[in-house]
Amino acid sequence: MSSAPLLTDAPPAVPPRPAAVEPVRPEIVRETGQAHGAPVVEKPLSAFERLYNQAWLRKILILVLLAGIWEAYGRYLDNDLLFPTFSATMEAFFRAVADGTLPARAWSSLKVLLMGYAAGIVLATVLTGIAIASRIGTDLLETLTSMFNPLPAIALLPLALIWFGLGNGSLIFVLVHSVTWAIALNTHSGFLSVSRTLRMVGRNYGLSGPRLIAKILIPAAFPSILTGLKVGWAFAWRTLIAAELVFGVSSGAGGLGWFIFENKNMLDIPNVFAGLLTVILIGLVVENLIFQTIERRTIRRWGMQA
Amino acid sequence: MGTGQPLLEVDGVTLRYKTPDHLVTATYRVSFRVWPGDRFVLLGPSGCGKSTLLKAVGGYMAPTEGEIRLKGRSVTEPGPDRMMVFQEFDQLLPWKTVRQNVVFALEASGRLKGREALERANLYIDKVNLTKFADSYPHTLSGGMKQRVAIARGMAMEPDILLMDEPFAALDALTRRRMQDELMMLWEETRFTVLFVTHSIPEAIKLGSRILLLSPHPGEVKAELNSAATPEAALRLENRIQQMLFSEEIQEAENV
Repeated sequence: MSSAPLLTDAPPAVPPRPAAVEPVRPEIVRETGQAHGAPVVEKPLSAFERLYNQAWLRKILILVLLAGIWEAYGRYLDNDLLFPTFSATMEAFFRAVADGTLPARAWSSLKVLLMGYAAGIVLATVLTGIAIASRIGTDLLETLTSMFNPLPAIALLPLALIWFGLGNGSLIFVLVHSVTWAIALNTHSGFLSVSRTLRMVGRNYGLSGPRLIAKILIPAAFPSILTGLKVGWAFAWRTLIAAELVFGVSSGAGGLGWFIFENKNMLDIPNVFAGLLTVILIGLVVENLIFQTIERRTIRRWGMQA
Repeated sequence: MGTGQPLLEVDGVTLRYKTPDHLVTATYRVSFRVWPGDRFVLLGPSGCGKSTLLKAVGGYMAPTEGEIRLKGRSVTEPGPDRMMVFQEFDQLLPWKTVRQNVVFALEASGRLKGREALERANLYIDKVNLTKFADSYPHTLSGGMKQRVAIARGMAMEPDILLMDEPFAALDALTRRRMQDELMMLWEETRFTVLFVTHSIPEAIKLGSRILLLSPHPGEVKAELNSAATPEAALRLENRIQQMLFSEEIQEAENV
């Protein structure tokens, strides 16, 4: 920047803007497209770099490391009652899987879970429907969610036992409670966040009422709905295992929680660990395989991930 | 094009809407007529109610006074005979590809089904030069491409009138110019009727065949002008419009 001298004899008129700043340089125009001769335009990464870029591979590495630490500590402690080794746990796990007890227990847990989950979804749908239909419905949903969402489902278990007795009825009751609010809350806020433009586009096609909801609002709110389903699933899974630990036996066959409780009573600690491992595995499979696949095929493909 | 009677009649329309604290009058007794094949532009500064007026024509809002008639029938609700093209890029359904977006519009509105819808969609996607991107999802497209899809979608419905609400306002200047040229080319091909909202005087002159000038707060008709054919006439018209809009501002400033 050049600052013009202020005190000169020249008239204080605005000086004409020079065509170019000193020093005057020639203009440059170049032909492009000659970069092919450059040493590296694109080069594949080395095998190690490519492998290291795979998240799942890195995670497996971490798991192997953790298993190693577990095994070493278990051997050092040498007390199967307190802390069985990794190998003992795996042995118990495969034994229980092979003789069919673990799969049967897991299935009976999952069956109850799916029933409760489905009922929760239905109830959440009804509540959300009421909420988007009217303002008082919105108030109802907001009041109910803010009341019941902080209430741990497991705290309702004593009541559920009185109302529904020992058995699947009580389990499903607490499951519905744990699922409904998370899903309803997320779905409702999803509907609210659908842009005005998209709603107007839908109405422009002549859509209204249920068709507008089904064809525009639900897909547009799908990221939030999916979040609700995921959170609901996680709540339900934790609640179920906890509830089964407290009063597991129902209709003859208990679930995974009961499996853990039973084996603890019999001081078969490797089996307890195997049960816990199963709980983790099922949680991981649902989260990483089912929900992530849905996510990849839908919202990530649509560029809608928040 | 037959010129027997106007396609769209806006008759003494006053529009009011409520904000949390105010009742705002957006337009006051606005009247104009659009004939088939018109490129009718609503031009005015922000706050003149031109977008609100377009929404009323779209059927999203009922006039408190006056009437809007399309082909002699009163407009009461949104419908596929008046397709909107919005300014916002999120007007495409993100969960559908370009082609599915156009097909869905045709099928949801009941205009066409199955094969015919697909053929019509392909035709108009080709018209806006997006055939290569027909299977892409909207989030992978640039802003200009998204607007082209929206235009293709609107035209594929072959509505009585295409309502465009500042569709190029959010684009960069170079893309905007190209889109304007493309729109003119499309119009030369099919001679559709379009009602176009803008706040840019050059855009109005370039695209419009007839320009309705609105004054702000609330919007009232200031003038209804014919667009210019030659560049010199366009320059004169631009100056004239500028004067009409600016003279008011100066008067307002003097009143303060």
